[in-house]
This record gives sequence, C-alpha cells and structure tokens, in this order.
Amino acid sequence: MTQPVLELKNVSKTYPTTPPVHAVQNVDMIVESGELLAVVGPSGSGKSTMLHIMGTLDRPTSGEVTVAGHEVSTMSDAKLSGLRSAHIGFVFQAFHLLTGYSALDNVADGLLYTGMSLDDRRARAYEALVTVGLGNRLDHVATQLSGGEGQRVAIARAIVGDHSLVLADEPTGNLDTQTSEDIVELLHHLNGAGTTIVVVTHDLEIAESLPRIVRLRDGRIESDRTKEPA
Amino acid sequence: MSNSELRSSIHPSDLVRTATIGLRTRPLRAALSALGIMIGIGAMVAVLGLSESSKSELLDQLERLGTNLLIVQAGTGIGRGAAELPDEAMEMVSRIGPVVSTSYVSDVSANVYRSDLIPAAQSGAISVKATEPELLEAVGGSMATGVFLDDATSTYPAVVLGAVAADRLGIDSLEGSPVVWLGGEWFSVVGVMQTLDLHADLDRSALVGSVAAEAFLDHEDQPTVIYVRAEPEDVLSVADVIPATANPQFPDQVEVARPTDALEAAEAADDTLTALFLGLGAVALLVGGVGIANVMVISVLERRNEIGLRRALGATRRHISFQFLAESSILAGTGGTAGVLLGVGVTAAWAAYRGWDTLVPMVAVFGGVAAALVIGTVAGLYPALRASRLSPTEALRA
Repeated sequence: MTQPVLELKNVSKTYPTTPPVHAVQNVDMIVESGELLAVVGPSGSGKSTMLHIMGTLDRPTSGEVTVAGHEVSTMSDAKLSGLRSAHIGFVFQAFHLLTGYSALDNVADGLLYTGMSLDDRRARAYEALVTVGLGNRLDHVATQLSGGEGQRVAIARAIVGDHSLVLADEPTGNLDTQTSEDIVELLHHLNGAGTTIVVVTHDLEIAESLPRIVRLRDGRIESDRTKEPA
Repeated sequence: MSNSELRSSIHPSDLVRTATIGLRTRPLRAALSALGIMIGIGAMVAVLGLSESSKSELLDQLERLGTNLLIVQAGTGIGRGAAELPDEAMEMVSRIGPVVSTSYVSDVSANVYRSDLIPAAQSGAISVKATEPELLEAVGGSMATGVFLDDATSTYPAVVLGAVAADRLGIDSLEGSPVVWLGGEWFSVVGVMQTLDLHADLDRSALVGSVAAEAFLDHEDQPTVIYVRAEPEDVLSVADVIPATANPQFPDQVEVARPTDALEAAEAADDTLTALFLGLGAVALLVGGVGIANVMVISVLERRNEIGLRRALGATRRHISFQFLAESSILAGTGGTAGVLLGVGVTAAWAAYRGWDTLVPMVAVFGGVAAALVIGTVAGLYPALRASRLSPTEALRA
C-alpha cells in the first residue's frame, strides 16, 4: 500500500486567548493519493485552521501531521517552506494573483522557490494554463481576467509543480453559480488526471458533489463519509 | 524524499525580479522616495566636485603667480606711520642667497588727470608710482594693450596704467596716442595692464619710469615696496631674514608679506563652507533614508497578502526579508546613482560657466553610490525583518 499524502493524528489547535479557543480538537484524518474530498462545516467550525495545519502554514498545539511521508512537528521553518514548495499547492478564495504580472508569470511563480529558471518555469506554466483551459490568456495581466479566469490561473499555479497535495480554500467563494460549477468540474478533471485535492468549503452543495465529505463542527470531525462509486 | 532534501531555493535571476516587483508596480512612489536620496547624494557630489574644481583652479592660479613672491614694505602700524625703507634696502635684499630677482615701486607725490582742465581735487584716487621695467614680470602681470615700460621709455614722460586707473581715466585703447596730465607734465600712455590677481594697489596706479620721475617730477627715488622672487623652497627662510637685512637698525619696521597666502586663506574659508554644505547634504540624505524606511514599512503592510502567498509557495523567511531588503537597496541605489549624475552635471555646468576644468573626485562618485546603498540597506532592515516575521496565516488573512 502506498503511503498517505496527508495524515493527521490526534491533531488539536488551541489559541491561547482568554478564554482559550479550541479551533481543532483531536482530529484524525488520512488522505490517500488520488483522493478528492471536501472538508465542510459552518463558519467557525475550524475549517481554516484545518487548512493551515494541513498546508503546514500553522503548527498544531498537539498531535502529528505527516505530509508526503514527512512528519512536520520537528521541522524548522525553512524545512517547512521547502516541504510546501515541493509537495503542496494552494488555491485561495481571493486568488492572490500578483496584479502587475501576466497569467503565465503568475503560474510560473508556483515554481519560484524550487530554484528552477524562469524559462523552465514558464514552459511548465504554459502547460498548466492549457490544462485549465486558459491557453489563450497567457499574456493577460491579473486585472484583465474575469473572476473564473482568475481562479483558473490560481488553480494552474497550484498544479504547476505536480504537487502531492492541492489544498483549495473556498475556491468558489467569490464566484457566481455557473462559474463555480465550472471550477468544480475542473477540480474533478484534475483529480481524474491524478491530482490529490482537498477542498475546504462551507458550501454543502459543492461538498456533496465530491467523492468524500469530512464534516467539521466545533473543531471536531462530525462525520467522514466516502460515497460509493456510481 | 528525506527531510534533508526539503529545501526552498530561488534562481539568482529571480532574486532581482522579485525585488523589483514593488518598484515596477508602483513607479511613482518609487521615484518619489528615491528622489530624497538623489537630492542628498547630488548635493554632496556637487559640493565635492565644485570644491575640487575650484581648488584645481586655485592651484593653477598659484602656479601661474608663483608662490615665491614676497612683498617688502615699511611697516605702517601704529606709531610707525613715518617709517621708510632705508635707501640701501633693495641692494641688501638682493644679496640674500636664494633671492632670484628683485623689483620695486616708489610712491611719487603727484596726481594724474585726463587733461589739464580737470580740477586738482578730482584725482580719481589714482596713485603715481615710479618703477623699473622688471616690475611686470616680478608681479606676474600682463598687458591688456600696448607695452610695459622699457629701458627707453623709462627715461621719457611715458606712463603705463593699471586696469582700474585706465578705466577711471577713460582710456581703453591707445588709439590716437592718448596723453595724461601727470604732475604738471604731459605723459604719453604707452600701455594698459590687465587686472593683477594679487596687487590691487598697482591696478589703481599710473606707473612711470624712475629716471623719468626724477627728471620730470622732481622725485627722489626711494623704494616704497620691494618685490622679491626667491627660490621656491627657501621662500619662508628668506622672508625670515629680510627684515634684519633690509633695515638692520630697525628690523621691526619692515613688513614682509606673501600675497599668495591670501589665496590660501580664502581657500581655507572655502573648505569650511564645503564642510557645511556636506553636512547639509548628509542631513538631506538622512531624511531621504527615513523616507525610504517609511515607504518600505507601508509597502510591507500593503503587501501582506503577497507575503502570505509567497510563504505558501515555499518562500523561507530569509527569501522574504531578502526581497524587501533588496528592494530598499535598489531604490536607494537608483536614487544614489541619479544623485551622482545630478552632482556631476551641476559641477560640469558651474565649472563651464566659470571656465574651470570639471573635476569630480572618484571617491565622491563611488562613495555616493555606496553611501546610498548602505542607507537603503539600513532603511530596509526593519521593514524586511517585519515582513519575514509575519506569520503566513495572518498574512493571508489580511
């Protein structure tokens, strides 16, 4: 059996405010390679904290997080950065595209911290943009793109490095219904090609359309359900 | 993959590319914040350049005039008003070993007028002096028109006018063989001197030959001022022995001056001004540096999302701090380079206007750019650290 892409063991995160906030409590979760799942829950259920912990942007207060076989609790900040550049791609609700850059260079930035040259990165970025259906928008700067196109560029940036894991944080949060459906379809398509994707969302409809749904409530996993293949 | 292979790295060409994002996306802000540094560096380079160029002009002037000229005259201090140089003073001085040549002028008690119809009181404050042909060379003078006195004209009623004297008499050329009414005789003007660099008294004089003065003006030829040229390396020791040589009985009644000292004193005063302007330039630079620090702090606040994104993409804290530090240095370095160009331009323009050679010390050029880079780095230090310490999750939430 291949090793899981992501494994959370008894993970908790407590913010030392008064009173303390237990954002995530005793979460166990395994994401196998090639999965497409939703982490869904209402506002305040700990989704964002979960995403940050899964993406190694934040450390748990207790428990173990293993990404692509690397247990992260003892890693230095620099090593975590290296882990992210090699294994994790992010898609954000607000896209976070650099406004002065073309679509191609925004995607090429997905490989910026791998040490690859700009030419090589652009060549890979071109392929990624074609994959998300934006082969005709290479030179458009971020401000010239529609919302859906912007999110596709952000998705291309997340997959350009062939990462083990893509984490999407409310990827359709800023989009209208039709565009949202297109984005979800794109995620299905990418997953079909082998990309492991975790979508963190509050949107039940989107969550229901994915093969596996992990429901969070008050920082705990309420249910973890995998649909039978149709 | 083992943990040791988990290392973020960035291609060297991308270091510069990421460091200039802020400058490229906000060019006006970048230009304005570089302006402060540019003005500071420009002022300092211009001050150093102008000082160097004028100093070079002074050295040329000193070389032209020679620093080996000494002026000897009777002291005119309190209680010594009537002092005179002894008759034999000039002969005695010329016998001092390192003395190369001597010349003199002797005050003549006569006035000079454009014509005999001018009232006696309107003398124009022009003094009449008797001298010898060697004087022109001794004072490093040259002629604006005509010739200086020679052995022949020294014996005739001929006169050479200083530049100011000629102006006051209204004589600017020798056309029509002008004559002046001098001590009750008509004297022919044979030449007009250029303005002398260090002898304003001669500029205001009418010079006649000593033989002619004795013959036509009833003048008793006794040196009032002796001009001494000595071997350059012995000038100071010659100056020391002149008083006792010229007037062994009353050496304290002899004054010895080195006219080029005045130029050097003026230069020393210039140095003080240069230091003052350099100080002002440094203040401008400091203000420019604070401006850059301020802009960088704002930039870090505005670009928190970008910082968060970069951290998510795999940037280390060091990558982030380097990006902002390099941006600040490039900003200041660009301002510094523009400042150096500005300073050199100002120096060249002013030097051309004054007819000097343009000289900008290399230390000002390279030092200017280096100072700007150092200021940019120091100014960027705090914002860069702040950016790198930002937690990725907070940065992305902003």
